[in-house]
Amino acid sequence: MAPEARGILPSADFQRLLDALHIRGYRIAGPTVRDGAVVWETIGQVSDLPISWRDHQEPGRYRLEQTGSAEIFGIVHGPQSLKPFTFAPREPLLQIKRTQGGFAAQPKLPQPEKVAVIGARACDLAGLAIQDRIFLNSSYQDPYYAVRREGLFIIAVNCTRALPTCFCASMDTGPRAKHGFDLALTEVDDRLVVEAGSEAGSDLLSALSLPPVPHNVIDEAAARVDACAQSQVRRLDHSRLPQALYDAHEHPRWDDVAARCLACTNCTMVCPTCFCHTVEETPDLTGQRTEHARLWDSCFTQEHGYIHGKNVRPTIKDRYRMWMTHKLASWVDQFGTSGCVGCGRCITWCPVGIDLTEELSALLMPCEQQSMTSRQ
Amino acid sequence: MKVKQQRPKLGVFKFASCDGCQLSVLNLEDDLLALGQALDIAYFPEASSRMEAGPYDIALVEGSITTAEDAHRIRSVREQATVLMTIGACATAGGIQALRNWTDVESLKQIVYPSPQYIQTLGTSTPISVHVKVDLELWGCPIDKGQLLRVITDLLAGIQPHLSVDSVCLECKRRGNVCVMVAKGVPCLGPVTRSGCGAICPSMGRDCYGCFGPTDGTLKGSGYPPNTASLARQFHEELRLIPVEVVRRFRGINGDTESFKRESESWEKQM
Repeated sequence: MAPEARGILPSADFQRLLDALHIRGYRIAGPTVRDGAVVWETIGQVSDLPISWRDHQEPGRYRLEQTGSAEIFGIVHGPQSLKPFTFAPREPLLQIKRTQGGFAAQPKLPQPEKVAVIGARACDLAGLAIQDRIFLNSSYQDPYYAVRREGLFIIAVNCTRALPTCFCASMDTGPRAKHGFDLALTEVDDRLVVEAGSEAGSDLLSALSLPPVPHNVIDEAAARVDACAQSQVRRLDHSRLPQALYDAHEHPRWDDVAARCLACTNCTMVCPTCFCHTVEETPDLTGQRTEHARLWDSCFTQEHGYIHGKNVRPTIKDRYRMWMTHKLASWVDQFGTSGCVGCGRCITWCPVGIDLTEELSALLMPCEQQSMTSRQ
Repeated sequence: MKVKQQRPKLGVFKFASCDGCQLSVLNLEDDLLALGQALDIAYFPEASSRMEAGPYDIALVEGSITTAEDAHRIRSVREQATVLMTIGACATAGGIQALRNWTDVESLKQIVYPSPQYIQTLGTSTPISVHVKVDLELWGCPIDKGQLLRVITDLLAGIQPHLSVDSVCLECKRRGNVCVMVAKGVPCLGPVTRSGCGAICPSMGRDCYGCFGPTDGTLKGSGYPPNTASLARQFHEELRLIPVEVVRRFRGINGDTESFKRESESWEKQM
């Protein structure tokens, strides 16, 4: 990146960035504190951002704390990744009405909207890249996803603090945002290093006419992101994947995790890459019209494993094994990358705190050793 | 399960209940007019003094069976109905009054009533399905009016209504709610409770109390959802509920369902 693609923005002037986005017609989705977590919602002012808040995450637990600092991006992430912006939890697909002797279906595309998302992390960008591959860059392009994706302007934040649940460094997806953003910010005390990653990002950066970044600040920003990677305590060892997980298909650890798993679907709902969906009809009482819509679904539901006349994944064990084997192993065969980006959301938001990195380590141990360390 | 598609006759019957599910029918508001067009609302004493005799194409049954008289009356409702659909936790699972199933009702009568000799009641509160064949069961305390409307729409269209056994968590996450159990540490029953309510309680920041009943699917027992044992263990070990609190958590509105009952009774032994 050429030096002119960077600028320095004092934190106190952050509103200038929001104003520039508003002028360009963007709705701004920024991190904000709601119901005990940070979520992306429409914001207008700097004061809507979670200034001075930090998140604490561990398996099955999420808490916020106010530190009293002026830090804007002290929070790493909330329950949702970028997924809901492009793959909507409920997406109406068709309006269908009866006609004489048949029916007529009218596609219902979402309204195009320019949305600037502030605070996407490197893991979120990696998740979005995987969703793009599934919904846009495969042989079937999804027009609904495409409309939503087209309007996104992404302002990433490089992580300078890792949570105990983070393992992006081991997945090589973070903590530095390398591509897939329009602007990337690195918070260094009371300043932000702003870097453009696209033409639209460069235009906005020029419009802000920010002063150049002093070399020592560039170095300091890089050092903080490196330190964040170093500080990660969890890692996922994927060196022997996918084969090692296929070989572990009959491992006793699956029974152990099934005794803890609730099959509640939370891990798949918060996963940035899970893309399973179902479709439903919403007819009116007269049976003359119906809305055909797509909804988030999960491989942990009873119906997901139902094929004509039989449920192929009736037990919780079947479902957990299916999810993990797809996410970490067969995903690689299917899409050329792991289905895991190392964000750790499935660990935090599992109501009983099941840790996928821990389960994988146990599954990759020979059965005899595993039974020694198995918790029961 | 076929009903006449041209203005089928609807009857609404009450047993031991609070009337809240019948009120949910009345709360359909604008849709109630459309419902009145699509159906002949022939018997609904809570709504109208016009009461037509059976038979009925669709009978909605609210409430559980707590008296000998009601145990007899439900048989007559069954005989008059093509499709019998229970509405709500009482009719589907015995309701909150099924708490009596763990107590001695005779001693309660002595404590509560000045003249207990006038009280004629059974020792148990049981769901309708214990007494007669039930075609469809709607859960909830109260039912979700949208789900009721949808089931009636399906019956009118001649298709088998579909009732999901997904967890509340699925609906909760689709709504963009923050998980109350993970972010607030409250003992939410959402992970083992079936969806259909729209995750209404977590949307208001509180924990699900399981009014839509357990997520039992077509296959039941060890290894199948709901995994109440794991959730109860988390309530106790991480959320610091003492055994009696775990018992109370599972012994609520749907306490007498097989899976919630098994869980509460296993914790009762540790009290």
